[in-house]
Amino acid sequence: MLLLAALVLALFLLPWVAGRYPIYLAIQVLILAVFSVGFNLLFGYSGLLSFGQAGFFAIGAYGCAKILLAVPNLLLGLAGGVAAAGIAAVVLGILSVRHTRIYFSMLTLAFGMMIFSIAWKWRDFTGGDDGLVGIPRAPLEIPGLLSIDVSAMGHYYYVVLVLSLLAIAAMYRLVHSPLGLTLQAIRDSESRAEFAGVPVRKYRLIAFVIAGLYAGLAGALLTPLENTVTPPVAHWSTSAEPVMATLLGGVHSFAGPIVGAFLFFMIKDIIVRYTEYWLIWFGVIVVALVIGFPGGVMSIFAKRRLPWHPAGSSTTQPGKPTAAQRHDGISED
Amino acid sequence: MTEFLRIEGIAKRFGDFAAINGVTLTLPADRLTAIIGPNGAGKTTLINLATGALFPDSGTIHFKGEAITRLAIHHRIHKGLSRSFQIMNIFARLSVLQNILVPVLSRRGRAGMPHSKVEQEHEAVTEARRILGEIGLLDEQYDAAGALSHGDQRLLELGIAIAPAPELCFLDEPSSGLTPVERARVLDLIRKLSAARHMTFVIVEHDMDVVFSLADWIVVMNRGEVLAEGPPAEIRENRAVREIYLGEELTA
Repeated sequence: MLLLAALVLALFLLPWVAGRYPIYLAIQVLILAVFSVGFNLLFGYSGLLSFGQAGFFAIGAYGCAKILLAVPNLLLGLAGGVAAAGIAAVVLGILSVRHTRIYFSMLTLAFGMMIFSIAWKWRDFTGGDDGLVGIPRAPLEIPGLLSIDVSAMGHYYYVVLVLSLLAIAAMYRLVHSPLGLTLQAIRDSESRAEFAGVPVRKYRLIAFVIAGLYAGLAGALLTPLENTVTPPVAHWSTSAEPVMATLLGGVHSFAGPIVGAFLFFMIKDIIVRYTEYWLIWFGVIVVALVIGFPGGVMSIFAKRRLPWHPAGSSTTQPGKPTAAQRHDGISED
Repeated sequence: MTEFLRIEGIAKRFGDFAAINGVTLTLPADRLTAIIGPNGAGKTTLINLATGALFPDSGTIHFKGEAITRLAIHHRIHKGLSRSFQIMNIFARLSVLQNILVPVLSRRGRAGMPHSKVEQEHEAVTEARRILGEIGLLDEQYDAAGALSHGDQRLLELGIAIAPAPELCFLDEPSSGLTPVERARVLDLIRKLSAARHMTFVIVEHDMDVVFSLADWIVVMNRGEVLAEGPPAEIRENRAVREIYLGEELTA
């Protein structure tokens, strides 16, 4: 808890000690952290691997861009991007949550590619391969109440920091709520959950829409940072970013995707100094880490106890089946 | 006895194989029924049809006078049906207490609460602990369910099945793979729950000792049909039943 407070304090003090580039990087890390935390609600907590989260990320980014180009109001732009991604997630969710495993993954991948082609081809709306340019870092404004200029990078950093922390805190509450427990139950056994009275598809749809909203928020936050939006934000490799961050940090830990987002940009930042083919070397590192730490980097710090277990006494780590369980899984008919 | 579950002329085919071939069966309240029969007789398919895991090709199913033939599973659970599984089916990565909390929160309409903490759902937690007390797993409440012994996992599955407070509960081979001591514990528990909670159990079982010591009524299935049904004493003397269980020697 003390560590967490110190970390948050350090994040708030960062603009006083760091230059423009570290702040730019910190914003990127926060955006990927929000994106990945949403992704992991689907992957780690609900057992659904989506390869199409870039679709919602891009809808958030383009949605925010279109609004900011028309109305220079940051809150409106962000809210619009999130809402557009949420609506898209409801539509795609209804179509895809009846499927699981590879079928679900392929459906979401196809959706992501569809959004990518729309971003390329619908020149009148998206600007085609030129994208949308000249998007203002508009003031944070509530008419008649407040108007804050956030056009400087250091100021915009605080917008991203506050919204990211709120989003992450809300997700922390969610995964420890009855809803979070129900989603984890569906992950462990869909049929047992259904026969426990849980309408499984409805809950999958809820998780899918929440993950879509988080992807939309992440995308919307990127637009005012870069002042442009181009089709690569919708590319499948953008969908791969939260996947890699989550695998790096640890899928079975709430903080895993956040730590992973930090590692993602640190590793990338170091590699690009030596080669432009950074993704190859990045892949090598991810593969090595996944083999070395199957539970992600956070598994090193895992407390080997279940949530709200009385401190002191230890028990088996969740997620790691014991030898007895593996045996039992195959010994019955 | 009041009519409870009424199955009328249901049939279910898997390709060319008629798993259930025109079964009509009435299960009254407060009568512990055992369904027996050789492998492939259609016992588990019958449970799957009654609880909604499968829909029948033809025929109807009524529960408490209401047609539930094609009702979704979770609606049937909320109407008072429940089941356990032949193959172990628990939430392996959740704690023992959380395993019971999932159906309890669902029954109380609290399963979708996004903001409260699970441990602050005091009524649900109290109820879940009471169920753990009944099945004798209170000391293991914080252990990972997947780390329990096979026998304890069977008890936990029974706990998940009774946690929705069902009126009618199907148990698919509740004693399979258990040691004699664990088996006695499970049987005692089923007896206790039928008496104390007025739950009506329907068990599918291979162990004839279990069946004859527990059941008030026995349904014998063979090749997707009901071969005979009646009280244990009657079934024990039934010639056709003896034939399918004891083989050719009696027919000679």
